[in-house]
Amino acid sequence: MKKVVDGAEAAIADIPSGATLMLGGFGLCGIPENCITALVNKGINNLVCISNNAGVDDFGIGLMLQKKQVRKMISSYVGENDEFERQLLSGELEVELIPQGTLAERCRAAGSGIPAFYTPAGYGTEVEVGKEVREFNGKKYLLEHAFDSDFAIVKAWKGDTHGNLVFKDTARNFNPMMAMAGKITIAEVEILVPAGEIHPNDVHVPGIFVHRIFQGTNYEKRIEQRTVRPRN
Amino acid sequence: MLDKYGIAKRIAKELRDGYYVNLGIGIPTLVANYIPEGMEVILQSENGLLGMGPFPVDGDEDPDLINAGKQTVTMLKGASLFDSATSFGMIRAGKVDLTVLGAMEVTDRGDIANWKVPGKMVKGMGGAMDLVASAKNIIVAMMHTSKDGKSKLLEECTLPITGLHCVKKVITELGVFDITERGFELREHAPGVTIDEIRAKTKGRLVVEGEITEVLV
Repeated sequence: MKKVVDGAEAAIADIPSGATLMLGGFGLCGIPENCITALVNKGINNLVCISNNAGVDDFGIGLMLQKKQVRKMISSYVGENDEFERQLLSGELEVELIPQGTLAERCRAAGSGIPAFYTPAGYGTEVEVGKEVREFNGKKYLLEHAFDSDFAIVKAWKGDTHGNLVFKDTARNFNPMMAMAGKITIAEVEILVPAGEIHPNDVHVPGIFVHRIFQGTNYEKRIEQRTVRPRN
Repeated sequence: MLDKYGIAKRIAKELRDGYYVNLGIGIPTLVANYIPEGMEVILQSENGLLGMGPFPVDGDEDPDLINAGKQTVTMLKGASLFDSATSFGMIRAGKVDLTVLGAMEVTDRGDIANWKVPGKMVKGMGGAMDLVASAKNIIVAMMHTSKDGKSKLLEECTLPITGLHCVKKVITELGVFDITERGFELREHAPGVTIDEIRAKTKGRLVVEGEITEVLV
């Protein structure tokens, strides 16, 4: 088994311009920082990015937006990003907004062999436009389809050489379903250990879903909304 | 008239021991400060946490532990963590007992608009559409009128819809309204607020019947 790669640059080396990527994270929490930096350095463009958010101006996917590498964002919430807004208003960037639960389920479905599913979110709203509506037990639902993405790029706290992943706290968010959904799934982890060191009971994502794994470096883990109480 | 803290305190009276509750951003977040003593209420944050605690003490903040508003938070004893699909699974399946949201408009049939203003940059619906489509008990906390004085309790939403026929109760600075088949049924008025003022500021169908008590907070 050879899943361990040398680093972010090697992990993303074959991602071409025009690819559809899933990027894990919620806000700036649990984002694949190393791979994003590598994608920026590689300079590929025309990308379709599926990610709950679009980062902030100078961090996360915002870094890719600054370099105009993204053609389309598929997200549930894209605030907190001036460059995103500028590109959207000027028509340089396309955006598809999806209810957050639908976004998660479209990832989960993709990684579960389920082509489509019905969900009530968005019924009676503009999200309904162009979608099949079906009634079950007196309630209306929309038909939503599994995502089709070339690569999923996720961040975990810990991983092993078999690709088993463990997440920490709310940095889990979209990472597990995206890991399941990628045709090629790349996982960056803070701690990479030999197979056997993570107890099987503790595995959140089984290694079968992960194709490439590496231990990242220099995690910044920026906090978007630092909110604290005084110490006394 | 109630201020935002008064609205939050009044909403807290809707809490029951053992409730799983999702609080939206804004006034709803304040409700967490008024959970009655001795009552156990478990807060759900849709980014993957049940048992959310208060903001961390300065210096203890952890970038890996945030709420749905991306603020740093803590976990209480008995908390659990899960992925986004599981989180919205519990929301769609109706496991969350109470959802408190802000809104820009609510209709007398319980429709809600709270995600998009035409002409302004669209930020996205986040989890709002999933929550309103499935939650069994939704309370809206908002100001009764917009900044330019227009009623936010309407017959039809003028802004893009977030969900239909979902809001059960509205609590504003003027009073407490149950949404029934007959419209906004006034239950309580805020201190110093007359029924006439509520009538004047409510555009949707308003029902004023039976005993209307003063809001106690």
